[in-house]
Amino acid sequence: MDNSLKTTCLHDLHVELGAKMSPFAGFDMPIQYSGIIDEHNAVRHAVGVFDVSHMGEIFISGPDAESFVNHIFTNDVRGMAPGSILYGMMLYPDGGTVDDLLVYKEKEDRHFLLVVNASNIEKDYTWMLEQAEGFDVRIDNRSAEWGQIAVQGPEAEKAVCEVLGLPEAAPLGFYTFCDCVRDGKRVIVSRTGYTGEDGFEIYASPEQTQAYWRALMAAGVKPCGLGCRDTLRFEAGLPLYGDELTADISPVMAGLGMFCKLDKPGFIGREALVAQKAEGVARKLVGIELADKAVPRHGYPVELEDGTEVGVVTTGYHSISLEKSICFALVDSAHAALGTPLRIRIRKNTFPGVVVKKRFYQTNYKK
Amino acid sequence: MSKIEEGLLYKESHEWVKVDGNVAIIGVSDFAQSEMGDITYVDMPDIDDEIAAGDDFGALESVKTSSELVAPVSGKVIARNDELEDKPELINEDAYAAWIIKVEMSDKSELDALLNAAAYAEIAK
Repeated sequence: MDNSLKTTCLHDLHVELGAKMSPFAGFDMPIQYSGIIDEHNAVRHAVGVFDVSHMGEIFISGPDAESFVNHIFTNDVRGMAPGSILYGMMLYPDGGTVDDLLVYKEKEDRHFLLVVNASNIEKDYTWMLEQAEGFDVRIDNRSAEWGQIAVQGPEAEKAVCEVLGLPEAAPLGFYTFCDCVRDGKRVIVSRTGYTGEDGFEIYASPEQTQAYWRALMAAGVKPCGLGCRDTLRFEAGLPLYGDELTADISPVMAGLGMFCKLDKPGFIGREALVAQKAEGVARKLVGIELADKAVPRHGYPVELEDGTEVGVVTTGYHSISLEKSICFALVDSAHAALGTPLRIRIRKNTFPGVVVKKRFYQTNYKK
Repeated sequence: MSKIEEGLLYKESHEWVKVDGNVAIIGVSDFAQSEMGDITYVDMPDIDDEIAAGDDFGALESVKTSSELVAPVSGKVIARNDELEDKPELINEDAYAAWIIKVEMSDKSELDALLNAAAYAEIAK
């Protein structure tokens, strides 16, 4: 292992399980244990657990916490009920994306938890500090102190309640969370995930996270790596920062306008989004389904029938749950309508496809 | 630890060759399938295609990655394992049984550039 890589509190347990490890976002992370297909199917049909301790936890508090979060975040946090969660983005003034994240409204007045992508923790934290001038807020990057596991799948509730002894999870609705105390320490249980299935993300101390992981292994819950995390989120139509959202891809281009509340008081990037909505964007993110089994991959060109290049694949797989080759692609808006025939260049050949909805897989969230 | 079958010749890019007279039977090593994980698609040339040593003649796709197949020898494709179209996982199950193509070699001296099992074992780890 490259010594410059960081490790999560579960690293040694992954190695013990014989996981295939690989660098991701500066961490030495498990890509797969039993195999991507096996792990993917466990989450779709039963339950699986992921180590997502690499994700970032940044706490915001202070008299101006709400107005500050609303200033840097595209969704509207005004009047959020304690225990509720919102998804949205932080943007640059030109509408490009700094990161996509979850905002948790804590029980205490004027306290928020922002959960950010591992690859962006330092960038996001610096960005927040830079934007905080004039706001009376405290910004606390506690990423290294929190472990996090994601228990996902139709049997996730049973596993969290019974195996982990967290019955507080059962009544939670989708995108809500609760605080529990175990061994005198805070445990956050949230009904969220990145798989398209029902499930929970559980934030706890490193020691507690290790105990939870061991308990789930003993109960036969399938350990799942980042390999199937990507295939699952992709099928569910969920973007990955770096592929579908970047400093050059705005939420409007990515089809995530519903998470940007243009009618709330100004937030960074709002004017750019208003202009993009009014004038249209040059490229849009679409789904493409291929007729063939060849696999479109990140970076492969998207072409018209006559060979004109009109876009690029951002993520693609031979879908495990749908058993067909599908991808997300950023294509010129003129060719982004549903039903448009497009071709994808895969090595020496091009393969015919058609623009389809990005949510390839019917998600099964708890209502 | 991946399996390396004795009696075969290997290319550094993890293809194996079994020589049968003037015919080269070509597949990928157990190490290659294990590195790739679940193989979901095998892109194969057509019968009668000419392939040249060192050039791509197809590709393996796993869930996560694709990997080009590099020709260990030059010649004409005389057979391909069409069973892999529906069951690419046969390569995961037994990489030495699941041959991919058979090639009528145009220059058998190209075999001299390939590795024996012991030499390949040094690479495949």
